[in-house]
Amino acid sequence: MKSRFQFVNWEEGMWKTVLAMLPGAAVLAATGFFSFAVAQENTDCLACHSDKSLTGSHNGKSFSVFVDEKGFSSSIHSSLSCVSCHQALQGKELPHDPGVAPVNCGACHEQEFKMHSNSLHGKAVAKGDALAPRCKDCHGTHDILPANDKRSPISPLQVPFLCGKCHQEGSPVQTQRVIHQDHILENFSESIHGEGLLKKGLIVAPNCATCHTAHSILPHTDPNSSIAQKNIAKTCTKCHAQIEQVHRKIIRGELWEKEANTLPACVDCHQPHKIRKVFYDQGMADKDCMRCHENPNLKASKDGRSLFVRISDVNHSKHGKTACSQCHSGVNASHVRPCETITKAVDCSSCHEEVGQQFQKSTHGKLIAQHDPNAPSCKECHGTHSILGKTDPVSSSFPTNVPDLCARCHREGEKAAVRYTGTEHKIIEQYTESIHGKGLLQSGLTVTAMCTNCHTPHSVLPRNDSLSSVNPKNLPSTCGKCHHGIEEQFEKSIHSRLVNQTNLDLPVCNDCHTAHTIRRTDEQGFKLMIMQQCGRCHQEIAKTYFDTYHGKVSQLGYTKTAKCYDCHGSHDILKVSDPQSHLSRDNVVKTCQKCHEGATRRFAGYLTHATHHDPKKYPFLFWTFWGMTSLLVGTFVFGGVHTLLWLPRALQARREKKKKESRQTDEG
Amino acid sequence: MKDDRDITQEIRKPDAAPGEPSSPVVDAHRVDPVPEKRQYQRFSRLNRILHIVMIVSFMSLALTGLTLKFSYTSWAAMLSRLLGGFEVAGYIHRFAAVMMFGIFSTHVVDLLRMKRREKKSWRALLFGPESMMFNRKDLRDAFESVKWFIGKGPRPKYGRWTYWEKFDYFAVFWGITVIGSTGLMLWFPEFFTHFIPGWFLNVATIIHSDEALLAVGFIFTVHFFNTHLRPEKFPMDLVIFTGRMDLEEFEEDKPAEYEHLVREGRLSDSLVEAYPPIVIRAVKFFGWTALTVGFSIVVWIIYAMIFAYR
Repeated sequence: MKSRFQFVNWEEGMWKTVLAMLPGAAVLAATGFFSFAVAQENTDCLACHSDKSLTGSHNGKSFSVFVDEKGFSSSIHSSLSCVSCHQALQGKELPHDPGVAPVNCGACHEQEFKMHSNSLHGKAVAKGDALAPRCKDCHGTHDILPANDKRSPISPLQVPFLCGKCHQEGSPVQTQRVIHQDHILENFSESIHGEGLLKKGLIVAPNCATCHTAHSILPHTDPNSSIAQKNIAKTCTKCHAQIEQVHRKIIRGELWEKEANTLPACVDCHQPHKIRKVFYDQGMADKDCMRCHENPNLKASKDGRSLFVRISDVNHSKHGKTACSQCHSGVNASHVRPCETITKAVDCSSCHEEVGQQFQKSTHGKLIAQHDPNAPSCKECHGTHSILGKTDPVSSSFPTNVPDLCARCHREGEKAAVRYTGTEHKIIEQYTESIHGKGLLQSGLTVTAMCTNCHTPHSVLPRNDSLSSVNPKNLPSTCGKCHHGIEEQFEKSIHSRLVNQTNLDLPVCNDCHTAHTIRRTDEQGFKLMIMQQCGRCHQEIAKTYFDTYHGKVSQLGYTKTAKCYDCHGSHDILKVSDPQSHLSRDNVVKTCQKCHEGATRRFAGYLTHATHHDPKKYPFLFWTFWGMTSLLVGTFVFGGVHTLLWLPRALQARREKKKKESRQTDEG
Repeated sequence: MKDDRDITQEIRKPDAAPGEPSSPVVDAHRVDPVPEKRQYQRFSRLNRILHIVMIVSFMSLALTGLTLKFSYTSWAAMLSRLLGGFEVAGYIHRFAAVMMFGIFSTHVVDLLRMKRREKKSWRALLFGPESMMFNRKDLRDAFESVKWFIGKGPRPKYGRWTYWEKFDYFAVFWGITVIGSTGLMLWFPEFFTHFIPGWFLNVATIIHSDEALLAVGFIFTVHFFNTHLRPEKFPMDLVIFTGRMDLEEFEEDKPAEYEHLVREGRLSDSLVEAYPPIVIRAVKFFGWTALTVGFSIVVWIIYAMIFAYR
């Protein structure tokens, strides 16, 4: 593609050129024309190119062709003349035509140029990829500085940012080209390499080019790439020369380099760009461990427990790609039995950090910290080598298996249930019979709430702990995770802590629904129980409810009659004075009509919580009751006295009758 | 049991009575000779049937109603379950109430038919000697009864209906009116609240249940005593079921009526044959059942009132 340069401000430029030529002519005259007829000193070029406003254009885009003389003079190429690089202008008369062929760095930097051409970058350039980097994109143009100059973009400290210009999240290269790694720059800066380089300023710490090379950048699939499977060891050992001691078994006899394809490469363990500051005892390849641990009779010398590991368990587990020594840390590669240096039990939180922190704060975790023999550690629930994800139906943490898992300790009589002092008993049995238990275990609905849905898997805390998911304060949101619509209603109701600013204990979900026996609300048991539940706080009102028809009938076990929630609502209970209440003046008739179709406003005047013991509130009932009672007492007293007075005479009459009868039988 | 045997023996051996020369019965026999097995008919067949139906209805109403009134006792819950749950108990209660209304109407119609049949004037119906209405004699009888009770006079000569029998009779009128009307309000609250305020249903509840308590309490104690447990009638007076009683007993019990009938020569019109023993046994079985249920209810009421009242 031929470039066509044009001096836009040709006229002005020419005058300047002419003027600039005057001293030049004098010099020429002084030197007596010993040099070429068309002298091309840098100064000649700069005569025009030192003008900051000088622009050229290419494909309709104009750009500056200004050359900073100062920058050039301090560059590594300062001793060269302009035409050494801009060879196309060699011997051309000045001012030259617009349209100058681009500089070919390869003329001098032959090897680098060749490497670049073969590299991913060079091939992209050849394909005409507009995003592909050329020499100048990394090195600059006239102000090229050597790599050991701190100001240079290719100085070790700058390289990550240079490469990062294109290889960072959101850049066109990262979004439009196929780059298999993500967050390269971020990951690198957090890796041990990046930290050494960028935070500690260790210029010998590897930068991008150290591994990827500066010019021969190739994909890892290319056998010539510095990061190809078989070359990576060589690349890493450029710096990690002593790594053999750590990775003794693997690389003994330089196997690593010779038969790289049969062995894990550095990056298989130390992920590229993410290399962490942790000891990867990956060198303790599982195979080495299994040499001993595949023996089913292997026993610990200390306590005789089996140390047999079925490797297939591990391979099929969630940790199939995790090496033994990543969990069993503390191995020492220089020992014949690397594991003999292990002093600590497996600490899952070294990887599962967040979960580990949650667990430490939980009751289970606290008990572990106290070395309680009953306390469950990770493995008690998750197992050891065969850990499966919670989505695997065989896993102990699969929803339908969780109740059994927790039951191991929390079933009545088991070690956790024995030390429990609260009010919940027969938890497992009750759960199994509850609506949740039936949903999960009978209907097999895996989304049904089970132990960990309410109690959380790792932050298990007792109810009275304010951080507990089942603390009254948090319970609505815990239940609301599934019952969201109900939570919304409830949080607007008079029972919500968000609405009701009271010191009284407000009810939450479990106060009415219980914790583990949760029943279907359309079942008779629940319907009849609810009145006792409301009555725990609303004692007076519950008592008077049982004095009226609805209450009396309910007490006899009849469910098709108004219970608390039929009138007051269940989750959306509001004060009766609230216009939104089911019992507000506007709504009460409609509420009655739910059961009493023909109910009128006057019908709604029925007193559902009336008592005849309160002369002030219910004078009619009070006086009716006492009127009726007087009538009763009066009648009974009258009848009773009459009967009692009669009794002696009646007895006398009986005696006489008997006498007569016996006389008659005697005679008869 | 001993008494049972006595009574049946008496019926089987009616010849015992006429052999008594000094007995007033003998006089009666002389004036108006009667076949030996014949008894005086006190109650008509319809009245006896009505009374039996009323027992069934009343007991049903009492049992089902009281479960509701004393719903807070375990007895009530148990009984409610026994009756087939509250819903069934409710149906029984309403059905029995309809029955009671039916009995009442039948009785009133019967009264009117009797008036027409016997061509009685309203005056005779209401104030004649066989009327159920209270009259001056009742006042006198009551006064003399008290005197008799305390040993200051002879037993009054009671007529066809004693004052306590009339009291029981009108108690039914009162009860049907009060309990019946309030009961209807509670049965059809939506309809009645077109005319009465809602809170009156609460009042109606109290009236209905307390009046019912009064009725149940009175019938199962005072009425039971006056007619059945009275030592001379113990354990029960079968006349309301059989409708007939021995002449001797009749003369002793209701001397005024007896004399009245003898005087008018109408006694033989009212004499009928005694029922065979099988009928008597059946009647006794029914009577015992009613008595047992009635007393159980009384015990339950006392228990609920004393130990569980609120």
